[in-house]
Amino acid sequence: MNGLFFLIPIALLMGGVGLAAFLWSLKSGQYEDLDGAAWRILQDDETKPKPD
Amino acid sequence: MTCCATGLLADVAQMRAADLSAWVSEPQPGYQRLELVVPGLTGPEHMPEIEAALTGLCGVTSARVNLTARRVVVIWRKGEGHAGDVMAALAGLGLEAQPFDPVKAGTSADQDEMSFLLRSLGVSGFAAMNIMLLSVSVWSGAEAVTRDFFHWLSALIALPTVAYAGRPFFRSAIHGLSRGQFNMDVPISLAVVLASLMSLFETINHGEHAYFDASVSLLFFLLAGRTLDQLMRARARSAVTQLMTLAATGAMVVEVDGTRRFVAISALRPGMKVQVSVGERLPADGVVIEGASDIDRSLVSGETMPEATGVGSRVHAGTMNLTGSLMIEVTAAGEDSFLSEVIRLMACAEQAKSRFVQLADKLARIYSPFVHGLAAVTMTGWLIYTGGDWHTSLMVAVAVLIITCPCALALAVPAVQVVASGALFRNGVMMKDGAALEKLAQIDTVIFDKTGTLTLNELTLASPKTVAMPVLALAAGLAATSRHPLARALSAHAASRGIVAESIAQVSEHPGQGLQARVRGETVRLGSRLWCGVDGAASGDLPEIVLKRADAAPVIFTFQDVLRPDAKPTIARLQQQGLHVEILSGDREGAVRRVAEALGIADYRAAATPQVKLAYVEGLTKAGRKVLMVGDGLNDAPALAAGFTSMAPAGASDIGRTAADSVFMGAGLTPVAVARDVAVLSQQLAKQNFALAILYNVFAVPVAMAGLASPFLAAVAMSTSSIIVIGNALRLGFAYRQRVAVPGMLRDVLRETLPLSMDKAA
Repeated sequence: MNGLFFLIPIALLMGGVGLAAFLWSLKSGQYEDLDGAAWRILQDDETKPKPD
Repeated sequence: MTCCATGLLADVAQMRAADLSAWVSEPQPGYQRLELVVPGLTGPEHMPEIEAALTGLCGVTSARVNLTARRVVVIWRKGEGHAGDVMAALAGLGLEAQPFDPVKAGTSADQDEMSFLLRSLGVSGFAAMNIMLLSVSVWSGAEAVTRDFFHWLSALIALPTVAYAGRPFFRSAIHGLSRGQFNMDVPISLAVVLASLMSLFETINHGEHAYFDASVSLLFFLLAGRTLDQLMRARARSAVTQLMTLAATGAMVVEVDGTRRFVAISALRPGMKVQVSVGERLPADGVVIEGASDIDRSLVSGETMPEATGVGSRVHAGTMNLTGSLMIEVTAAGEDSFLSEVIRLMACAEQAKSRFVQLADKLARIYSPFVHGLAAVTMTGWLIYTGGDWHTSLMVAVAVLIITCPCALALAVPAVQVVASGALFRNGVMMKDGAALEKLAQIDTVIFDKTGTLTLNELTLASPKTVAMPVLALAAGLAATSRHPLARALSAHAASRGIVAESIAQVSEHPGQGLQARVRGETVRLGSRLWCGVDGAASGDLPEIVLKRADAAPVIFTFQDVLRPDAKPTIARLQQQGLHVEILSGDREGAVRRVAEALGIADYRAAATPQVKLAYVEGLTKAGRKVLMVGDGLNDAPALAAGFTSMAPAGASDIGRTAADSVFMGAGLTPVAVARDVAVLSQQLAKQNFALAILYNVFAVPVAMAGLASPFLAAVAMSTSSIIVIGNALRLGFAYRQRVAVPGMLRDVLRETLPLSMDKAA
């Protein structure tokens, strides 16, 4: 029983971190160009896109 | 043919630069932003090239290509950069670009909706996982205080989640109810809300069963379905936007004082004078007031042969100016114009068409009342059976609502549609809405237009079979400068035989007649019989061109239509599937007959006007046939609108593309047959999915009504049925995986829609 008091918060926290990461990636537009992203990883990166 | 595509595009780009200010926005002070659609963005190889070229421009701080949407976003410091430079830089790379406003195009609303759904999906997924974790502990035997603790924890996660992630369903349910309709979202909302409230009540009273996990994982599955549905819609809409941006958007207007400006087509008014260069489509109906040319009417009337035009001729919007620059005066866009006649016919056809109800909607109409009835029956039954035990009766009724929640049903169709539209896209077919797929599966008749649909907008040499090399080289040399289809066919023929066209210094083109030049001291002419002074009428009904040299006998070249390379096997495949195939063309009898015979089509009709085409398709529809109309021209548009469903090649007229339910790319006709196959398969899968979902209910509902459903059983049954349905839908994707993407698909679109860049020799 005692284990629950720290295991459950840990479980929730880990899930919460995952959720936060998903929401962040959504907000920063990482799902907007899935085809492009797949190719960019293969390209020699001479022209680094500047952050907006 | 070697026309300088980039040069012309650069001119166009400069002309448009003046008009770009409307599209430029200011995301933050001191910076300007322009979003462009680049349909020619065919593959990843262009990405670094474009980004390097654009970031190299003065003042540009960021240039980002979006390959999925085929768009480029450019941001520059105000005052340093110019929108015109951006357009010119893209034109320099040989890419046509159109300014794009996401708000106007409706894609920004799509994007907002999509990210809202994704956020809700993320939140409900997180909640479902955690609550399920707690529920598993409860099911594996947590007792008394521990169970209560877990229930309270679940409630803490579930209630805010339901309030947040349930909004798409609540909104739609309330919207539906306020109009007196029971849509699918009514039982969904009821089940989710009732399950949550009942579970909260149970938790407060230290009850044994709480359905928090069910209500949240219901939301998760349903949101997945809703997200797929939205994806499908956004995909269809972006197909429409892309097609629209392929159309020419303006015209070069010459003012009274001689100044020229580029205006949008919608801003053209009667009486305006418009300059139409060689190779451009006419922006409006009008009368020629200056110049002479040949006009390609193939998109308008289906005729292969161009028509000579001079001062005073009436010309129609959508036709292509081939040989000489023209000045036209725009005539009233009144009732008499050809375009407005076509639009009027289209509107009539649309009205006459009965509204198509998709299978899913049909089911939803029966489903909701049925489910609610079932829950009510269960409730009353248990009230009588237990002698007024409200608590137990309500528990069982809610369990019925949860079990029957149309999870699998809501996933069944969107999942299939998304997979199918992906498979279609890879095969070069863009669908404008999900219903098109369902309609395509039900057709029994296919009607093809000839010009531009069964045939390419090209001609090939029919006779003479043997020509001396120097003669052909001379003829090709003359023809090289002209845009006339016969001249182009001649050049192409010479090129295909590896004959280098003689280079001739000065060729003069006389619209409606032919070409003339002086070669080695003698006058050479290429053109009509009259122009070359050859007596007699044409030998057959094939289009012909005559080469006349001073001393030698004239050579008469005749030409015939070029069928799309895979037209014959495609037609055969459609016929094998038991579909009735016909040709309905505006071209002359002889030309149509030849094509029909070559393709093994018994039924053909020639010289059909738009009215006749429309009447014919409507007649068939009245007779109970379900017609797939495939056509490209302005003259096909009413028939396209009247057909049960319709397809148009990407090179079709704007109106043709708008009227059609789906558009296919590339030089081949195979996409038509593939689209039909995918449609049939996807309908099979959708029906299987429905059957699976109903089968699940047949087993689960009696259990729930008998009061035997536990939260555990509900969770397992629901998840299994949803996963089975998704897995079944994915089979379609696997079936069509082998057919790899049509290479350079959008390059083909560009080549077909912008004859400027139609550069076969290159």
